[in-house]
Amino acid sequence: MLLAAGASETFTPESWFFDNAWTIPALPCAAFILILLFGKRLPYKGAEIGIASVVTALGLAILTTGAWVGEYESHQGSHSAEAVTQDVELAQDTDSFEIAADAGEGGEGHVKAEPVVRKLDWLSSNGKSFGIGTLVDGQSVMMLLVVTFISTLVHVYSTDYVHGDRRFTHYFAFLSLFTSAMLFMVLSATTLQLIVGWELVGVCSFVLIGHWWEEKANSDAAMKAFLTNRVGDIGLLIGMTILFFAAGNTFDILDINDAAINGEIAHSTLTWASICLMAAVMSKSGQFILHTWLPDAMAGPTPVSALIHAATMVVAGVYMVGRLYPVFWDGMSIAGSSINLMALIGGITCVFGGALAFVQRDIKKVLAYSTVSQLGYMVMALGVGAWTAAMFHLFTHAFFKACLFLGAGSVSHACHHSFDMKADMGGLRKYMPTTHKTFLIASGALAGIPPLAGFWSKDEILAGTGGWPGTNGNGTYYIIFAMGMLTAAMTAAYMARTIWLTFYGDYRGHEEPHESGKRITVPLMILAFLAVVAGFFNMPSQWVGDGLGLKFEQWVEPAGTRLPGNFTHAKPSISLAIVASLLAVAAGAFVWNYYKKLYAKDPKATEYTDGLASRMPLAASAHKVLEEKYYLDHLYTDTIAAGTKGPLARAAYWFNQNILDGIVDGAGKGSVGLGRFIYKYIDQGTIDATVNQTAAGAGQSGGILRRVQSGKIRQYATLMFGAAAVLVAIFMAAV
Amino acid sequence: MTEFFNDWGITALVFLPLVGALLMMLVPAKDEELHKTIALGTTVITGVLGGFMLWDFWGMGKANWSTLQYVQDRTWIDVINARYFVGIDGISAPLIALTLLVVPLVLIYSWNHIPNPGNAKMFLILILVLHTGMLGSFVAQDLVLFFVFFEVVLLPMYFMIGVWGGEQRLYAAIKFFLFTLFGSALMLVSFLALYWVTGGTTFSIPGLADQVAAGDIALGTQVAIFGGMFLGFGIKVPMFPFHTWLPDAHTQAPTQGSVILAAVLLKLGTYGFVRIAIPILPEAAVEWAPWIGLLAVIGIIYGALGCLAQTDMKRLIAFSSVAHMGYVMLGIATLTPFGINAAIFGMVAHGLITGMLFFIAGSVKDRFHTLEIKRLGGLLVQAPKMGWILGFCTMASLGLPGLAGFWGEFPAILAAYSPAEGISTTLFRVYMVIAALGTVLAAGYLLWLLQRTAFGTPSEEFADDPEIVDMHASEWIAWLPLLVLIVFFGFLPGIIFDLTDGTVVDRLGSLVAEGSP
Repeated sequence: MLLAAGASETFTPESWFFDNAWTIPALPCAAFILILLFGKRLPYKGAEIGIASVVTALGLAILTTGAWVGEYESHQGSHSAEAVTQDVELAQDTDSFEIAADAGEGGEGHVKAEPVVRKLDWLSSNGKSFGIGTLVDGQSVMMLLVVTFISTLVHVYSTDYVHGDRRFTHYFAFLSLFTSAMLFMVLSATTLQLIVGWELVGVCSFVLIGHWWEEKANSDAAMKAFLTNRVGDIGLLIGMTILFFAAGNTFDILDINDAAINGEIAHSTLTWASICLMAAVMSKSGQFILHTWLPDAMAGPTPVSALIHAATMVVAGVYMVGRLYPVFWDGMSIAGSSINLMALIGGITCVFGGALAFVQRDIKKVLAYSTVSQLGYMVMALGVGAWTAAMFHLFTHAFFKACLFLGAGSVSHACHHSFDMKADMGGLRKYMPTTHKTFLIASGALAGIPPLAGFWSKDEILAGTGGWPGTNGNGTYYIIFAMGMLTAAMTAAYMARTIWLTFYGDYRGHEEPHESGKRITVPLMILAFLAVVAGFFNMPSQWVGDGLGLKFEQWVEPAGTRLPGNFTHAKPSISLAIVASLLAVAAGAFVWNYYKKLYAKDPKATEYTDGLASRMPLAASAHKVLEEKYYLDHLYTDTIAAGTKGPLARAAYWFNQNILDGIVDGAGKGSVGLGRFIYKYIDQGTIDATVNQTAAGAGQSGGILRRVQSGKIRQYATLMFGAAAVLVAIFMAAV
Repeated sequence: MTEFFNDWGITALVFLPLVGALLMMLVPAKDEELHKTIALGTTVITGVLGGFMLWDFWGMGKANWSTLQYVQDRTWIDVINARYFVGIDGISAPLIALTLLVVPLVLIYSWNHIPNPGNAKMFLILILVLHTGMLGSFVAQDLVLFFVFFEVVLLPMYFMIGVWGGEQRLYAAIKFFLFTLFGSALMLVSFLALYWVTGGTTFSIPGLADQVAAGDIALGTQVAIFGGMFLGFGIKVPMFPFHTWLPDAHTQAPTQGSVILAAVLLKLGTYGFVRIAIPILPEAAVEWAPWIGLLAVIGIIYGALGCLAQTDMKRLIAFSSVAHMGYVMLGIATLTPFGINAAIFGMVAHGLITGMLFFIAGSVKDRFHTLEIKRLGGLLVQAPKMGWILGFCTMASLGLPGLAGFWGEFPAILAAYSPAEGISTTLFRVYMVIAALGTVLAAGYLLWLLQRTAFGTPSEEFADDPEIVDMHASEWIAWLPLLVLIVFFGFLPGIIFDLTDGTVVDRLGSLVAEGSP
């Protein structure tokens, strides 16, 4: 029986890199401090420290990945001593044994790696310590690689892009801190640490989005990003609190997951926790309706946008769901269902975000809404139970989205810092061949054109919904599947529009554009290369054989015991892949032709008046709704924020000044009046006139508050003792 | 070394500042430099002595922190059994450290910032008297002694606001004085009542706690006595709706006064709950907890809304104290170790962070001669370093993880999810949600402040003002330790949590449920 359940075997991977993973976030953090202290005095103004640290961190991340993959591969096909011990331990608990055996599906015959946790005590209460540490497993190793890799390219790219900026050093310092914070969050062993990393990422994005804070629009965008995230953080704080108590007073991620898997936490508790955490995901990962900060965040320098959208910040939400997946699995009732909150939010986000990308004239905003839409895809995938597909999409998306953003930056660099596709671009393929080709490849990957990276991950997600015959997902999410297909078509369509407006037709700007320098084009080429090949890491075994297939799944997916018991993998479907690809190609081609015809009439037009919107009233009103971004900004900024800041705050302050203070002042005046009364009718009548003379200071007309302004110490003293006497009298009466 | 400090250490620590003040009395007022030197010297010596004692205390290890150390217990006013009973434990140690740090920094800052109308001699003497009062309050283990020190603090602060304050200083000073006096009178009544109902044998805090625990005092009596203390301490905190003295006092006080007020004086209130009210009357605390929690969360939201309505930078920071102390009080109201540990951490963090914010406001006022937010702007352009420090402090103040403010806030919210036995869980979960909502408002008003003062470009009015310069040396020296500690405690919160935990668990006694955090 032990041998038959080979799928449940696990081993404990060992490597210096797993024990010392903390060095990876520590490096850029040290760089941050060094750049702040010494950056301005260095020949390259601190950029060299940033690049050196992030390249070293990348090196470490690559070695860690290598060690992880090496450990994994070396344990396949052999029953190591550790694996057997593990089995014996598992066998003692029959329940988890069976669960583990079930969970092995899709990874039959593979020995999975256990996560490596290294922890220190951080703080304690009632004698119980709460830790901080690193949790190395497939998921965190994958993210370490992605974050350091994208960050390295962004660093290199930035040396050219923000060259000569007034706050060049400061920019690099925060780029380092941003990277460090994300790496810290990724490696979190506890939810407490995750919260810390989560918010540090947020504050770095605040600083970088508001990098050019002289203009109010930029600092507004930064504030909006921070405040929107703060709204979601309410959910994060409460959700993590619920989990802390539910899992038996622990912040440990693995303990919480185990408690959720083993049914130690009531379903309703998990539901509440996952709903709260969903709010955090919605703000951080730009899910509808808390996505509105993301497009505004384009106010920051373009390389920062690339970093935010590809590797740091926005994927944090997706990552967190992946980390605490057993919580969501049970809480959202993912298995065997056909709709749930997470899948629905993801589905709505990918459709609505994609629709908004259609009406943008700013190339970065198109990409921003495209990120919203793709993040929706990832959340949707998690919502339907396709964990691996979501993580894989996160992985491939990082490369092609970074490539697109950096490409947009390159275009803007050429077009005199404009991002307006209609007014200042067009026909750029002639002037910027490298940028054009890389952008084209990355767009293809985003649109899911085979065999580019996005095709593989998107296809897995669509299969994962279980909405296509023969895929057998964790549920049968037909509506979600339809939303996914629609988004696939929309993605191809808006990217076709973007490419046409930017690179095809005639150039509409002024002055000759030019190709960017090497420090910009080389990162683009590297990313474009990855946008081609990244998808090959998780091709279905059924199509390419066991030797090549599902490598990502084997390396990244947690051991079966770390996943919910009834977790399964959907089966790939060739018919689905063909239909989805054809749909994307058709949608792209349709839009392409539409713009080709439209611009054939007047190639230089910066506004076209006879578009669809001008011919159909329905399209016009739809267009209007999209242009106004579903009016959400009006609701948030003009109604909620302004209402709080204005009437509500003013009312509270009015209450403070007039009611509360009125009572206080009234009590003061009342006491004075009483004192005066006693003085006049009792004291005066009985005590010597000379005494009256001295005490008159406190008693005469005008009241104490005005009276004391004469500024004599003796009068204060009189007043004080008078007041004290009154108070004592009151208490005597009261007691 | 413990032996060495045992019989005189605390007394020396508490009264050294007074010695300095007496010395200054002998020096003519016009010799300002000498006055500054004596005052600073005294507080530095006090700080060094206290530093050694606390270092020694730290060295005793976790197991001994919950026991009172360096105890001196002598006959004082025999006729009412009041004793000179002082000692240090895990609850008081962090607050003593905070006091010992903040006062010298205030004096360094005063080196070239003596507020109008001058008279450094009197100003500095008052600060030294305050120092004694604050240290005394944190070491006193006898209620009468505590009350005396608690009142000693009152007068110097009254004069600081009334003489060296802003335009409406007299109104603010008298309001501060009367409000606090009102509270302390009720507190005194409670102390006396406690003394009599326990048989009139002792004013010692541990002694009273034992007697209440052993005796059979009616719950109603306990609740009434707690009520008096609640008012006394609550006004000092200040809790809604007794907070209205605070914005006026802060706005009108000179920078030094605001810093000391925010950093240390407010903590006397919260400290009173943790040291006196709850350990002596745990059953009454359970009865009061829902009300304390209610006022705490109202304070959080109300303080934040008050901030949003402000047009003056200093007044905004003052209102933010109402909100921040709300988190501290929420932590206390849970009556759980985690909540109260967080509350003590929150006291220290608020002291460091809000103290810094008041320092900055003072320096901005020095340069711009106004704190009206709409006239400011572009501080980052004109004084970039100060601008970044303001940015840093607003982030710390809004409870950013990785900085000190977070560790007072989040654990308090967390603890509210599961308060001590006998307190309505549902009610506190509602409080928890409201408190969490407050974090958004905090971010709102602080970032809004930052945006309007630091970002953007300088207004025409101040664009070419030669007075607007970046940091002075005295500002660097006074601020740097605070800034470093904000980061230090942000990353190593365990230092304070470990320090307070044992004592808190011990003093909470029967309130602590097995296995709860």
